[in-house]
Amino acid sequence: MVNYIIRRIGYALILLVLVSFVSFAIIELPPGDYLTQKIEQLRARGDRSAEQQVERLRKRYGLDKPFLERYVNWATNFLRGDFGESFEYERPVSEILGARLGYTVILAIATTVFTWALAIPLGVYSAVKQYSLGDQIISVISFIGLGMPGFLLALIVLYFAVILFNMEVVGLFSPEYERAPWSLGKVLDLLNHLWLPALISAITGIGGLVRIMRGNLLDTLGQPFVEAARARGLKNRTVIWKHAVRIAINPLITILGSDVFPSIVVGSSLVAIVLNLPTIGPVFVDSLRKLDMYLAGTCIVFLTFMLLVGNLVADLLLAWVDPRIRLD
Amino acid sequence: MTTTLETQEAKRSHSDTRPLLLEVQDLKVEFNIRGGVVKAVDGLTFDVKRGQTMGIIGESGCGKSVTARAILRMIPKPGKITGGRILYYRRPRHPKPGEEDKVEVIDVTKLDPDGEVIRQIRGGEIAMIFQEPMSSLTPVYTAGTHINEAVTLHRLLPIKKLGEQMAEHIMAYRHVTKEEARAIAVEMLRRVGIPKPEQRVDSYPHQLSGGQRQRVMIAIALSTEPAMLIADEPTTALDVSIEAQILDLMRDLQRTTNMAIMFITHNLGVIASMADEIVVMYMGKQVERAKVVDLFYNPKHPYTKALLQSVPRLGPKTGQRLASIEGMVPDPLNLPTGCVFHPRCPAFMAGKCDKIVPRWTQVGENHWVRCLLYEE
Repeated sequence: MVNYIIRRIGYALILLVLVSFVSFAIIELPPGDYLTQKIEQLRARGDRSAEQQVERLRKRYGLDKPFLERYVNWATNFLRGDFGESFEYERPVSEILGARLGYTVILAIATTVFTWALAIPLGVYSAVKQYSLGDQIISVISFIGLGMPGFLLALIVLYFAVILFNMEVVGLFSPEYERAPWSLGKVLDLLNHLWLPALISAITGIGGLVRIMRGNLLDTLGQPFVEAARARGLKNRTVIWKHAVRIAINPLITILGSDVFPSIVVGSSLVAIVLNLPTIGPVFVDSLRKLDMYLAGTCIVFLTFMLLVGNLVADLLLAWVDPRIRLD
Repeated sequence: MTTTLETQEAKRSHSDTRPLLLEVQDLKVEFNIRGGVVKAVDGLTFDVKRGQTMGIIGESGCGKSVTARAILRMIPKPGKITGGRILYYRRPRHPKPGEEDKVEVIDVTKLDPDGEVIRQIRGGEIAMIFQEPMSSLTPVYTAGTHINEAVTLHRLLPIKKLGEQMAEHIMAYRHVTKEEARAIAVEMLRRVGIPKPEQRVDSYPHQLSGGQRQRVMIAIALSTEPAMLIADEPTTALDVSIEAQILDLMRDLQRTTNMAIMFITHNLGVIASMADEIVVMYMGKQVERAKVVDLFYNPKHPYTKALLQSVPRLGPKTGQRLASIEGMVPDPLNLPTGCVFHPRCPAFMAGKCDKIVPRWTQVGENHWVRCLLYEE
């Protein structure tokens, strides 16, 4: 088991290096660099002085060096904990991400809790009462959730909340708490703002999960061991939860790993953009658009890292709950 | 239905004197599916006495397994019991003093299929083992966990107290503890012939062979000391040598526990070695019922005769083609008129068999048949 974990970590490290290199290269692919864009902006504003400084700025940002050298530089600094500097913000990447990490994690956890706490019972109900009215309603709603992008739902909610109910739903804090130090009031204010984006992200995530749970459980309910459990005189509820759901839920653990962990870094970016949330998602999307490569590269590395960690955790969890795939 | 009741009484008076355990009367089970109504079981009548082995035999889809599930009220959707009664003669499992011989008659068809009473009967008083031992155990629980589950649910241990006359009185019962359940599990695994039961009790299903899994299923079923075991093709999925071992095991255990067995199979060789009495089913109807010797040496119904002829035999006559039953199993949604077997019957009487539904007729002591050949 220990051997297996060490081997997996080894693979993960190799993959991490490859992914960081490839993503760095892909960000590099479009013609020009961050400065080309910046100069365009300045020129549009009529500022011509920047053009003379281009070479100096290129040198300052290290953009005059060849690609490989810049990558190696960035990568070695990365290992020392220096993720480089963002062109756009002109601040270290670690500072920008660090300020937003806390809220991103909180939002990701809240979303996950909402999603799973709703999806699992709904999926189980849907399967146990197959073709009932409740099942039909849940199915229709989950198909809508599957089909509707989160940002569209966020826009619709925004419209109704602002126009009809005059609620403030944007951001994670009310203006008076925005810069205030932490206090009980601020925490309550955060919770008050948190549930809506979490719910919006959850609804779009629930759809797929409900369908998977329903399908898996229907398969499992037809298995002989479920009938055998019922023939032992167990209560219906025990049969369903202890024998059927216990088996049907296993594939969802893999989803937990590949979905939830990466979302801690860049969960529901588009919803966050619409609702103006101070999470990492919007910054990441923006950095890709503006070729802000150290910021984008750092986000991608952490995204990959979380995905790899998530998968490893999911595999270990799966081995823990299912003796058939335990590694001896 | 009065005729059925009378025949049961008549039969009881001059045959097996063991007390009744289960009486199935004119049972009807229907499946309302999109294409129409399938009569999976249509007018089935038999009884099982304590300690007796009743065999039910027939082709795939003839309603054997549905019958078994009807007794435990576990018919899968959209099946429904639409007629008849299933009377279960219940003796108290944990009798209070003086109530040891009290018999309560329960009509299983009237029970709530998720209710308390049927759940006590299921597993506790009537246990069942299944056709697929490979997948009848929940993959994430050990053999011991499965047995514990049944034992803690159904088995109570007496709390004995000294009475006024200094004699032992059973005052009350308590549930078994975790340690006791585990001890019972190990003991049960030993009794069903699993080697090293102390270790095997912690084995997961995938660590056991098919034969061992069926032994574990039997151990689970018998751990609650049921009055009857329903075995639904328990050896169909196993090798012939393992099949023989499992059948021996069931016979041995039956002898020591005086448990009744309802043995469902399509294998004539197996049923001959197991059953006291046999019901032959065809397309949901029972076509013949007799003691095992009568059925094998003196079969009456053309279907039974054809079944017996289609068993391969080792012997001097080689090169002979194996007899088979002509024609196809009819569409259950569109059953033939008259006798359901008439399109395939070698003794078909035109104008009679395709028009008249044969009645349940007695042709000998404890020997019943549903065929126009034996009606006056």
